[in-house]
Formats: sequence, structure tokens, C-alpha cells
Amino acid sequence: MKQVFGRPQGLKDAPFRFCPGCGHSILHRLVAECLDEMELRELTIAIAPVGCAVFAYDYFNFDVIEIPHGRPPAAATGIKRMLPDRVVLSYQGDGDLAAIGTAEIIHAANRGENITVLFVNNGIYGMTGGQLAPTTLTGQKTTTTPGGRTPADAGHPLRVSELLAQLDGVSFIARSAVDSAANVIKTKNLLKKALRYQVEGKGFSMVEVLSPCPTSWKMSPEDALRWVAEDMQKTFPLGTLKDIYPETPGNGDNGGDDE
Amino acid sequence: MEIVRKTNSCVKAVSRPDGRKVLLRGNEALAEAAVQAGCRFYAGYPVTPQNEIPEYLAKRMPQSGGVFIQAESELAAINMVYGAAATGARAMTSSSSLGISLMQEAISYMAGAELPAVIANVQRGGPGLGNISGSQADYFQAVKGGGHGDYKLLVYAPFSLQEIWELAMLSFDKADEYRNPVMVLMDGILGQMMEPIVKTPYQKPKLPAKDWALTGCKGRKPNVLKSLYLGEGELEQRNWLLQEKYNRMKEKEVLCQTCYAEDAEVMVVAFGIAARIALSAIEVLRAEGRKVGLFRPVTLFPFPEKELHSMAKGVKKFLTFELNAGQMVEDVRLAVCGLEDVLFYGRPGGSIVSPEEFTEKLRGLF
Repeated sequence: MKQVFGRPQGLKDAPFRFCPGCGHSILHRLVAECLDEMELRELTIAIAPVGCAVFAYDYFNFDVIEIPHGRPPAAATGIKRMLPDRVVLSYQGDGDLAAIGTAEIIHAANRGENITVLFVNNGIYGMTGGQLAPTTLTGQKTTTTPGGRTPADAGHPLRVSELLAQLDGVSFIARSAVDSAANVIKTKNLLKKALRYQVEGKGFSMVEVLSPCPTSWKMSPEDALRWVAEDMQKTFPLGTLKDIYPETPGNGDNGGDDE
Repeated sequence: MEIVRKTNSCVKAVSRPDGRKVLLRGNEALAEAAVQAGCRFYAGYPVTPQNEIPEYLAKRMPQSGGVFIQAESELAAINMVYGAAATGARAMTSSSSLGISLMQEAISYMAGAELPAVIANVQRGGPGLGNISGSQADYFQAVKGGGHGDYKLLVYAPFSLQEIWELAMLSFDKADEYRNPVMVLMDGILGQMMEPIVKTPYQKPKLPAKDWALTGCKGRKPNVLKSLYLGEGELEQRNWLLQEKYNRMKEKEVLCQTCYAEDAEVMVVAFGIAARIALSAIEVLRAEGRKVGLFRPVTLFPFPEKELHSMAKGVKKFLTFELNAGQMVEDVRLAVCGLEDVLFYGRPGGSIVSPEEFTEKLRGLF
């Protein structure tokens, strides 16, 4: 019998304990599939951030280190500089990357550290119960903005990818979403491209992914996907924000992200 | 490696009599010793009075095939060290008091994940921004944990440049042996002063293989480095394992030195640069026939409790002398256990006590 679907080698034989409808399960699988297909699993060192993805080492079937909140880009720098021929993947949420760790991500990107960042933006602090994130949409209700986010009190949603795209050290930044089957495939292709840039020594690469958090958004999984598609993408438009090697052969599989 | 160990001989221990001497600054001695001990990663952030360490290593690391990074903050610096150490490399950072405060979170993580690294604190006056003068006010922070949770660092307190050299090398070995961060606790005076030292060659001891390192899982099962234990009872069990390790350090790693101790009626207890100042004063008083000696902890954790306790028999008074408002004196009192008086003399805020001032203080006790 021909097997058409199975567990990637990059995932341990453990069921995901994420909430129903959470984007992390999809993204963990995409990471594993990319590393399998690119034959990078045994060369990869991933970072588990503080937040819902801290349990990455329970699922990822390769070397993983847990790093203090916000500091994965600094630790990734230390790892990559000592092991330049390995692949370093910094898996970070929006609280981690866009709030407490803004300094570390900006400076790692600006140094052009040859690492890949998977930035999971769900606009909220999921692990701690649904507080305001820097990426929370204007008007969005959270446990610490019970009346909805107002710019006067809590500032505006922070577009970190746009900010980082201005830096000379960055080779590739794209924003994607996992709100539809088509976008899941696009996300995978973008992640592959980001990893390929690292393997080719092209410098800092990052894929931001808009990801649903039905539990903290207090929505059904279906409504959460709709929120990603219809609300989040108004503030965080999808597409490639920076690509310093757009003509590189083999880059045709970037998932049509430039629409 | 021959370091002054539980000796009762009166050793100035400032320099080695044999070998070609070179004149170095304290911060440079630390940095060069690190390179010779195989340290191949340094990340740090500028702060006075330790800037000679990153400045020296910015040149020296690339020469020796190592990595130097000026980080965007002390937070980033210690986390870069965290990452580098996770690959199995010998890694270090240095800072001064306020910067070390910023590093405490990651130091706690490294203790929890059992990662070896060397952290040098060239102390300055505090609290807050304080001043840039030498101080010993970070004793509590260094030996009582510093960050959150039940953990310990091995803490070495050199009092001469020769000892900075030798203890820096030893720190990397002990960090690897125990899979634990090690602190070299210096101060602005030791960091800035110059004296001749013999660059004793580094000899690497036999150490356990770093089979826990993250290098990619080719040919083995994936390795995980973490400090999160949420399962029922897991974290307690983990903590007891760590405590076992700290107890092993207490049994095996105590270093201290005594000078003029045999017949001492007054025993000065001092570490680091304060011990150096005290020794000058003690020599003046000895010449006057006063029976005064020095007990110098070289490891601050583990603290030489038993060694100090055993001194209490003949000694009438202990005088703890520190460049702070009184920190180690608490450990001295615990070690002496009420057997004899434990007095304190010190000055906080980066004020330096001169040998003359301390001589007068000591003379007043007779």
C-alpha cells in the first residue's frame, strides 16, 4: 500500500497539546516538513521561546534549547557563531519578539546574523491568558484592554517586519498566514526559502506568520481563521517585505506571496 | 594548577618567584588567561571599570580563532554566552555590578539548564549607577544566588594579578566539571591595577565529555537544554539534583589562605582587594609585635566555613574587613557560631580604605 501522508521525521511521536484551532500545531508540522525535505533535521538547532511554543522540544525531533523571554536572537547568535555550518531556527511569539525582545531582534537582524526566525504573530499573550500584545489590533479586547485597545492608552499595533525590512543586515523578510490551505502551503514555501537563505549564508531571514489563537481571542476556531483573514491582514498585510536576492534561481517557489 | 590551598604558611601569594614576569593590567590578565584556557567566545557590553576586557578580546579572540561580539546590552551578552555555551564551547562574559544585575535572569536559566560559563564581575560602587570606584558590595549577589530560584555559582575572589590569571583558568575547568556557571568576583582596583605576573601555562585536566551539547542530532538522539519542569514533583527532583552538586562543591572546592595565623589573637577575615590592604596593615602590626593574622576566603561559594570555624579556638577576636557595609561578615558569624566576637570594619560606596587607616583600626583592638 502506498503511504500518502505520515508523520515527518522532524516530529517526535507525541500528540500536540496546543488548544484546538491553534496555529502552532500547523507551524510545528511545517517546520518539520521543511527540515525533512531540505535534509536539515540533523543539522538544526532550534530555540524554544517563553510562551506557548516553549514545549517545542516535546515535539521537535532535533536539538532544542529553551531561552529566556525575548532573548532567542541573542542566544541564536551565540550558537550560530560557534557552529556556522549548522542551521539555527529561532521560533518566537509576538510577546517574545515584538515586546520584551525588540532590542535583541533588531540587533541580531542588523548584524545580519545568518539565522532564520519564525515569528508567530497571534496578536495576544496566549500562554498567560490573553493579555495585550504589541501586535494586538486597535479595538481588540484582551484581558488587559477589556474595553479594546486604544492607541491613546496602549499605542498602535507594532509592525516589526516592516521595521526590520529597513535594516541592511536583513536578506529576507515575508509575512504569511495560516488561515487557509493555500496560505499554509505559501507559508511552508516561504519558510523553506528563509532556511535556504541561511544554508547559502545570505544572512538574516525571517517569516512572520499570522496565526489564530481561538482560546485567548474567545472565538471558535472557524471565527478565528476569519479574524486572521479579514481583520489581522488589514493591519498586517501579507507579502514579501524584503528579498535581496529576488532573482536567485530556485526562488520561484515563494508561494506567490507578492500578490 | 598550584593555587594557594588551605595553607597555614605565611605566603604573600602576590607573585611567583620563578619564571619570566610580564607587567599586565588586571582586566587584561583575566582576558588573556581566558584565551589561554581555551575560551573561544566572548560577548559583553561596555561598562566601567572593566572595559579593558572587551577591548583586549576584540583583538585577541579573532587571533585565536574565537568570536568576539559587542552585544546591544548585558541581557543580550549573557544570552549570547548561553547560546555559545550550549554548543559545548568555552564561553565568557564580563561586566561590572549594574551590568551583572541585568544578567541575573539568564544566569539563573544557565544554572537551571546546567550550562558552564565564566562570568567576571569587576565590581564598582552601588547601589544604582553608584560610581566607578572599586567596591565589594556585590558579595551577597554573587554568593547567595543573585537571580531567582535555589541555585549557586562557584565564586572565586582573586587578590592579586597572579591569582586572577590562575583562577580565571581554573574557572573554565570547574565550570565544565560541574556544568555550572562560575563567577570571578573582582573589583575596580584589581581590574585597573598593574603588577608583574608569571604567565603559567594552562594545563587542561581530564574533564567529562560534553555529550549534552547542541551540535545537531546526527548520529544520536536529539539533545534538549531547558529549565522548565511542569510535571508534578519534577522541579523539586531537579532542584535536589542541583543541591547535590552544590554540596559536592562544598566538599571539594573550598579554597582559602591564612597568613600569620599560628599565634594570632586577632584574626582579620577579608577577601579580594580588602585582603591585600589588610595584609599590608597586618605586616606593620606584626613588626610591632601584635599577634594579628589574616584568614582569606579564595572561594566565596563554597565559603570556607569549617576552616574558619577551626580558627575560633585560639583567636580572641575576628575582624571582618570588606569594602562594603558588611556582607561577608554574616557568613563569618555563621562559621564562628558565637564562639568568639566577630567585629566588622568597612566602607561602602566605592570608598577605598588605605592600609594606614586599616592599621589604625587594627591597632585599636589591642
